[in-house]
Amino acid sequence: MRTASSPTTSLLTVSDLRVNLGGAPVLRGVGLTVAAGEVAGLLGPNGVGKTTLLRAISGVAPSAAGHVQVHGATLAALGRRRLAQMVAVVQQLPEAPPELRVEELVLLGRTPHLGLLARESTRDYAIARQAMRRAGCAMLAERALGTLSGGQRRRAFIARALAQEPALLLLDEPTANLDVQAQGETFELLRQLAAEGVGVLVAVHDLTLAAAYCDRVVLLHEGRIVAVGTPAEVITADIVHRVYGAHVDVIHHPVHGAPIVVPARLEATRDH
Amino acid sequence: MSDIPAVVPAVLTEQSVIRAQRLRGGARTFGAIGLAAILLVAVITLAVMVGAAAIPARAVIAIILHRLPLLAIDLDTTGTSEAWQRIVMEVRLPRVLTAGVAGAALAYAGTTYQGVFRNPLADSFLLGIASGAALGASIAIMAPLGVDTYGFGLVPPLAFAGACLAVTLAYAAARIGDTVSNTRLILAGVAISSAAGAVTSFILLTGGERAIPIFAFLFGSFNSATWPRLWVALPYIALGGAVIAMHARLLNVLQLDEEQAAQLGIDVLRTKFVLLAAASLIAAAAVAMAGVIGFVGLIVPHVARMLIGTDYRRLLPLAALLGASFLIAADIIARTALQPQEVPVGVVTAIVGAPFFLTLMRARRLGG
Repeated sequence: MRTASSPTTSLLTVSDLRVNLGGAPVLRGVGLTVAAGEVAGLLGPNGVGKTTLLRAISGVAPSAAGHVQVHGATLAALGRRRLAQMVAVVQQLPEAPPELRVEELVLLGRTPHLGLLARESTRDYAIARQAMRRAGCAMLAERALGTLSGGQRRRAFIARALAQEPALLLLDEPTANLDVQAQGETFELLRQLAAEGVGVLVAVHDLTLAAAYCDRVVLLHEGRIVAVGTPAEVITADIVHRVYGAHVDVIHHPVHGAPIVVPARLEATRDH
Repeated sequence: MSDIPAVVPAVLTEQSVIRAQRLRGGARTFGAIGLAAILLVAVITLAVMVGAAAIPARAVIAIILHRLPLLAIDLDTTGTSEAWQRIVMEVRLPRVLTAGVAGAALAYAGTTYQGVFRNPLADSFLLGIASGAALGASIAIMAPLGVDTYGFGLVPPLAFAGACLAVTLAYAAARIGDTVSNTRLILAGVAISSAAGAVTSFILLTGGERAIPIFAFLFGSFNSATWPRLWVALPYIALGGAVIAMHARLLNVLQLDEEQAAQLGIDVLRTKFVLLAAASLIAAAAVAMAGVIGFVGLIVPHVARMLIGTDYRRLLPLAALLGASFLIAADIIARTALQPQEVPVGVVTAIVGAPFFLTLMRARRLGG
């Protein structure tokens, strides 16, 4: 399945990427692109390698073969620091000392832009504040991470990624365990960032949420990409059944037409 | 001025708010570090006053200020005898400053270890530094060599070599390919510590009377502190300290996990290696100079963190100042508590330090 809206400027190009973890192949030749200004959803059941793919793109999972290019340059050619100036990651459950204040955490996002002996400038502080406002955690600036709820903590880490001023933003399940309002706010923010030209690659479990907000989705299964395209092309009852083994009905949103995935109750169908 | 767009005041306000906030933060830091510096000067003065012959504060200050290089401030020195001058400049001041430098070095290294390992139990002794130094010192004491290096024997250089060798072995053993896991490094340090400790024990048991000076090293003492001994150790401590100070902000980044640090553009392996090497250099120099002194490198970083927070750029200098004051104060007790006999300073730091630390830990609910 090729997408109709093929990206013109490829910010991220992953080609034939193979990654082994502990000797076992996790990614078996993955190729994908993310363009500047698009939100791409990374879909797939638990354990298919979504997190590994995001780690490999950010240069922390060594690849056995294939390569990752950002703005046409391979990770090795870029080096850690230049890569971190362009690519920011929001991990699913990142660790940090509980006594660290939110503002201190967000300022750490300026690390790739600071020299060894440099101090954060007033501009760095202003960027951090702006990032906290956008991620909706400005009022938490003075709070210690250990005092935050799961959702507030997530916002703080998103703010840190924004403070990196990345061209490409990678997020691993940013809406897991969030309430429906916070889920919506997170994806609205990703859409805004895309409108400003940032490329976004986001691993999502919730197919309906992915369908509502992503320009394109990439479906990963057993270490390979099995479908790429618009949400309407990829998220069908048939494909979901083949990949997830789940029986679902896919209906369409009455206003914007995006697919909505609902569980198909087997006995309810049988009753008819 | 009327053609300034309306958005500018808002930006200016934000910038001035940030500046004001940073100024307040800076003032707090400066205040805490300034107070610690004043405390250190007070403790130094007190330490020079106290001893077999008590010397009044006025005289101490007059004598020291007079001898300060470049300044040579002349206060009224009437009533400060020749003997007092000699006691202050040749006996007490080198001892007090050696204790201060050792305390600062151990606390500074301990803060760095705790930061690199993200482990509140890490200190200079974890990687085999103490036991390596003790073994080196034991060999130096037992060696049938009458070598006298600049008047302070073979003990410091061999202690220093032993400490460095132990850390290097621990690091080499923990390194597998391109990774050095924190757990492996600590386990390797513990194993090497036990091995070196066993050999030291054997030397102690079989060495008879000649082995007795080893005890002095094992519990730490500033008994034999002299200016040359201090000058020899100082460059190592200054070099290691400068390297760590340069990496203090990266130490903040390492408080996240290593994967996040890498994703923020840090070369984690290299940074950890540089920090561990520098901290080990400092700790080894301190142990070579003063013997094995526990507890300073463990508790002072925690106290500093409670006072000033988690930013290593503020934490490291505060820990150094507090470590210096703490060890000088412990040495006052060591030489006055059972006068004319001396208590090993390592015994004092543990006996005073443990209850103090336990109280603090319970009061602050440290460690959750």
